[in-house]
Amino acid sequence: MIDWTNANYLPWLIPVPPLLAAALIFLVTNRSWWLTTTTALVATITSWVMATIMLLRAIGVAFGEALDGEAFGSTAPWMDLGSTQFQIGVLVDPLTTAMLFMVPLAILMIMIYSVGYMAHDPRRERFFGYMSLFAGAMLLLVVADNLLLLFIGWEVMGFCSYSLIGFWFEKESAHRAGVKAFMTTRVADVIMLLGIAYLYAETGTLSFREIFFNEALLAGLAAKPAIIFGGLSAAGLIGVFLVIGTIGKSAQFPLHVWLPDAMEGPTPVSAMIHAAAMVSAGVYMIIRMYPLLEAGADPHHGVYSAPLLLMAYVGAFTALFSAVIAVAQNDIKRVLAYSTISQLGFMMAALGIGAYIAAAFHLITHGIFKALLFMSSGAVIHAMEHGEHHAHEHGHHVHNAFGGHGRFDPQDMRNMGGLKGRIPVTWFGFLTGGLALAGFPLFTAGFWSKDEIFAEAWHLGFGEGFGPAMFVFVLLALAAFLTAFYTMRQLAMTFAGEPRTEAAAQASLGGPKTVVSTFMQGPLIVLGVAALVAGYIGVPQDFPLFGWLFSGNGNPFHDFVGGTLPHHPPTLAFNVVPVLFSFVVALGGLYVGYRVYWRRPLAAGQPDPTQLALDRISPYLWQWMSHKFYVDELYQRVFVQPSQWLSEVLTSKIIDRIVIDGILHTIAHVAGWIGELFKRFNRVVIDGVGDGIPQAIGAFAGWFRRVQTGNVQQYLLMAVLAALVIFLSAAGLLVRISPTTVLIALAALVVIIVVLNLIGRVWGGIAE
Amino acid sequence: MVPLWMFLLVAAALFAIGLFGVLSRRNAVAILMGVELMLNAVNINLIAFWRYRTPDTMIGQAFAVFVFVVAAAEAAVGLALIVAIYRRRQSVAVEDVNLLKW
Amino acid sequence: MEITIELLVFLVFALLTLAGGLGVVLARNLFRAALLLLLSLFGVAGLFVLLAAPFLAAVQVLIYMGGITILIIFAVMLTRGMVRARNVFSEQWDLAAIVSLAFLALVVYLLWQLQQGSSAALFAAPPPEGGLENPIAALGAALVDPAQYMLPFEVASVLLAGALIGAIYIARDDEVE
Repeated sequence: MIDWTNANYLPWLIPVPPLLAAALIFLVTNRSWWLTTTTALVATITSWVMATIMLLRAIGVAFGEALDGEAFGSTAPWMDLGSTQFQIGVLVDPLTTAMLFMVPLAILMIMIYSVGYMAHDPRRERFFGYMSLFAGAMLLLVVADNLLLLFIGWEVMGFCSYSLIGFWFEKESAHRAGVKAFMTTRVADVIMLLGIAYLYAETGTLSFREIFFNEALLAGLAAKPAIIFGGLSAAGLIGVFLVIGTIGKSAQFPLHVWLPDAMEGPTPVSAMIHAAAMVSAGVYMIIRMYPLLEAGADPHHGVYSAPLLLMAYVGAFTALFSAVIAVAQNDIKRVLAYSTISQLGFMMAALGIGAYIAAAFHLITHGIFKALLFMSSGAVIHAMEHGEHHAHEHGHHVHNAFGGHGRFDPQDMRNMGGLKGRIPVTWFGFLTGGLALAGFPLFTAGFWSKDEIFAEAWHLGFGEGFGPAMFVFVLLALAAFLTAFYTMRQLAMTFAGEPRTEAAAQASLGGPKTVVSTFMQGPLIVLGVAALVAGYIGVPQDFPLFGWLFSGNGNPFHDFVGGTLPHHPPTLAFNVVPVLFSFVVALGGLYVGYRVYWRRPLAAGQPDPTQLALDRISPYLWQWMSHKFYVDELYQRVFVQPSQWLSEVLTSKIIDRIVIDGILHTIAHVAGWIGELFKRFNRVVIDGVGDGIPQAIGAFAGWFRRVQTGNVQQYLLMAVLAALVIFLSAAGLLVRISPTTVLIALAALVVIIVVLNLIGRVWGGIAE
Repeated sequence: MVPLWMFLLVAAALFAIGLFGVLSRRNAVAILMGVELMLNAVNINLIAFWRYRTPDTMIGQAFAVFVFVVAAAEAAVGLALIVAIYRRRQSVAVEDVNLLKW
Repeated sequence: MEITIELLVFLVFALLTLAGGLGVVLARNLFRAALLLLLSLFGVAGLFVLLAAPFLAAVQVLIYMGGITILIIFAVMLTRGMVRARNVFSEQWDLAAIVSLAFLALVVYLLWQLQQGSSAALFAAPPPEGGLENPIAALGAALVDPAQYMLPFEVASVLLAGALIGAIYIARDDEVE
C-alpha cells in the first residue's frame, strides 16, 4: 500500500484537488455560486497546504544535509512503447520547490480575489471551473518529472487560456484575442513537440533526471550533428526547438503579440496568465531543461551554444522592445502586459548568458509582484466601473477624458487620476507592486532579483569580456530604466493629482464590508507584503549590511536552487558597479517619471508630456510606440492575409479545381474533352483571365461542395471504401502478395472509387 | 468436425450483409439492425478464434461479453435517438436528417 | 471432407444466420425484417453452441433476441408510418452492394490465401481437445477477478447505466412536463 504521508508520494497529490474541483464544478455544482466558490477555494487551499508541506520538507532536508542531487519523487509505469516502457512520475527538486512556493500562493490569492471580482458575472461558475483546471494544469506542470507530462500540463493551460481570454465571448475582440492566443502559442507548441520527439528519439527517455545527470548522454548529444541544419548539434537543435516553444508560451519577440490582447479576459485571468502560470511555465520549462540547452557549451567561460545565444539575443531585445512600447500605452492592463513581456525577456536573457539562478529568482519574485499588480489594476478597473455606474445614477453621462466619442473606457489611465485616497488598499498594492517591478533598491523583491541578473551580466560581459553578456547588460540596463519610468508614469496617471473624469471621482470598491471589497483587497495585502520581503531570500552574501542580515551562511536561494543542477553554479564575488547601475536605473527612471507625471499631474484632455517631448524629435516616434511598432499589422499582412489567400486560391481554386476536378473530368469526359478544352481555351483567351476563371471556380465550388451532402450513409460509404484500400494494403503484407499485384489492385480500387464517386455525384445532381 | 475457416466465412458473409444493410437502407431502424448483424459477425469471429486458438483462457469470451454490452448500449441510445427524431420530423429516413452539410 | 452430424448442424445454423441476415436487409416490411433478425440471431446462438460457448449462446438468446429485438420492434411501432415505405433502399444501394461484395471478396480471398499458405494447419485442424473444465465458471471468475477483467467489467456497467439514463433523457417527450 502506498504511504501518502511519505514525501516521495505527496507531489502526486498536489495537482489533484484543482483538477477534481474543475470536474466537480463543471459536472455538479455549476448551478450554485456558493458551492462552486467553496469547491474551488477548498481545492486551492488543499493544494497550497500540500505544496507548503512539501516545501518545508524540501527546505528541511536541504539545510539538514544539503539537497544536492537529492530530490523527492516517485515514478510509475505509464505505457509500453514497443520494447521500452514509458515512466510517469513526479519530482520535487530545489527548482520545483521554489516554484511550489510561488505558484500555489499566487493561485490561491488569485482564486480568493476572483470571488470578489467575478461576484456579479452571469457565468461566474464556469469561470471558476476553468480557473481550477488552469491551476491544476500548472501544478501538474510544476511537479512533472518528465517532458511529456510537462507538455500535457502546458497544453491544458493553452486550452484554458483560450477559453478564459475569450471568456466574455460576446465581445468580438475577446473572442478574437482568445483565438489569437491559442493560434500563436500553437505555432510554438508544434515546434516544441518536434523538439520533444527528437529528444525521445535520440535518448529514449524524457525524464529530466535521467537526461541531466547523465553526462555522457549530454556530451554525446552535443557532439552529434543534427538531422537538419547541419551546423547545429543534436542537443542544439532540440534546444532551439524547446526555446521556440518558450518564445511562444512566454510571449517573446516575435511571438509576443498574443499577450497584450490577452487582456481582454477578466483580470484574474490576466493575473493567472502573467504571474502564476502560462508565461511562467515557459521560462520554468527552459530552466528545467537548462542542462540540455547548455550541453557542449560553457557560458561562464565564453562558450555559447545555439539555444543559449538565441535566448540571450531574443530575451534582451524583447526586454527593451516591449519596455519601449509600454511607455506609450494608456490602457492600464496593457502597460502591465508589456511589462510582463519585458520582464520575461530579462529572464530569458539571463538564462542565455548562464545566469541560471538569477533567472529562477526573478521568475519567483516577478510571479509575486506581477500577480499583485494585475490584481490591483483589476481593483482599479472595478472601482472605475463602480464610479461610472454611480455617476450615471446621479444623472451624469460619463465621457472619456481624452475626447473621442467611444464608450467610456474604465481601463484607460487618461480617465483616472486621484484614486490614491479613494481606494487606499489598492493604492498600497499597486505601489508596492510597481516599486518591485521598477526595482526600487533594497526594500523590494524586484530589486534583488534584477540586481542578481545585472551582477551576472556585468561580471560576464565587462569582467570577462564576453560579447553576448555585454549586449545583454546594456539592453537590460536600458530596459530597466524604462521600466522604472513607465511604472512611475502608470502610478502617477492612475493615482496622483485630481480625478480627470466623474467616474474617477466616484470610484470606490463599494464600502468596506462587501464581498467585493473584502475578497479583492485581502489578497492585495498578502501579496503586497510578499512583494516587499520575498527578495530577502536571495541576498548576495557579501552585500553590505543586507548580506550580513539575511545571508549569513551564504545566499540561501542561490545555494538551494543551485542543487538542482549536477554542478553548482559559481557564486560571484560582490561587485559594487552593477549594484550602482541597479540603483541608478531604478531610481533614475522613477525620478524622471516623478518629475514628468507626478509633480504636474495630467489634466483632462492634456496630451502626454512624453509624447510632446518625442514629437519634437520626430512625430513618428510616439505613433510607432503607441501602435506597438505595427507588429500586429505586419503579421496581419504577412501571415494572416496570405494564409487566407492561400486557402482561398490554392486550396479551393488550384487543388480543388485543377487537381480533383481534373482527375474526375479526365475519366468521365475523355471523348468530349478535347473539344471542351479548345472551347474553354478560346474563351479564356477572349474573355481574359479575370472573367472566365472566377466563373469556373464559382461554378466548380458550387458543384464540389455537394460532396458534403449531410447524408451519413454517403459518408459511411466513402469511409468503407477508404477502409477497403487500407485493408487491401494490409492484406498484401499479410499473405505476401507480390507488390505488383497489390499495386494493380490498389490502382483498380482507386479507379473504382473515382468512378463510383463520380456516379454518386451525378446521381446527387439528378436527385437535387 | 467443422474447420475454422467455415466459421470465418460465415462471419465474413454476415458482416458483408450487415454492411450492405447499413449502407443501403433508408430507414434508420433498419440501419441499426444492420449494425447488429455486423456486431454479431464480429462475435462469431471472436468466439471461433477463442475456440480454436486459446480455449484455456477466457479472453475471447470476455471480449464477446463486452461486445454484447456495447451492442445493448448502442441499441438503446440509437433507438432513443430515432424516436426523438421521429417525434420532431415525422420521419426516420436518414436522408431527411441532413441538416449538417455544406 | 467427410460429412458429420456436426457439420450438418453447422450448415443449418449458418444457413439460418445468413438467410435471416439477408432477409433483414432486403425485407420491405420493417416488422418482418425485425422478425427475420430474430431468426438470424438464433442462428448465431446456434453457432455459439457449436463453438462450445453455451453461456454466450444463452446470453445471445436473452439479450439479443429477448432484449434488443423487442426494443427494435418497439421502435418500429413507435415510428409507424415508416413500416411500409415505398422506397426501402436509398439511391446508393447499388454502390453499397458493390462495396459490400468487394469487402466479402477481399476477405474470402484473404482466407483462401491463408489456407493455402501460412495458416493451412490451423485452418484444417479440429478444435483442440480439453480446454477449461468449466468455462462458464471460469468466465464468471475472470469477469470479477481484479487481475483480469474486473475494471473493464465495472466500466461496462457504468456504460450501461449511462446509456440507460441517456436513452431515457433523449427519448423523453419534451412537452410532457
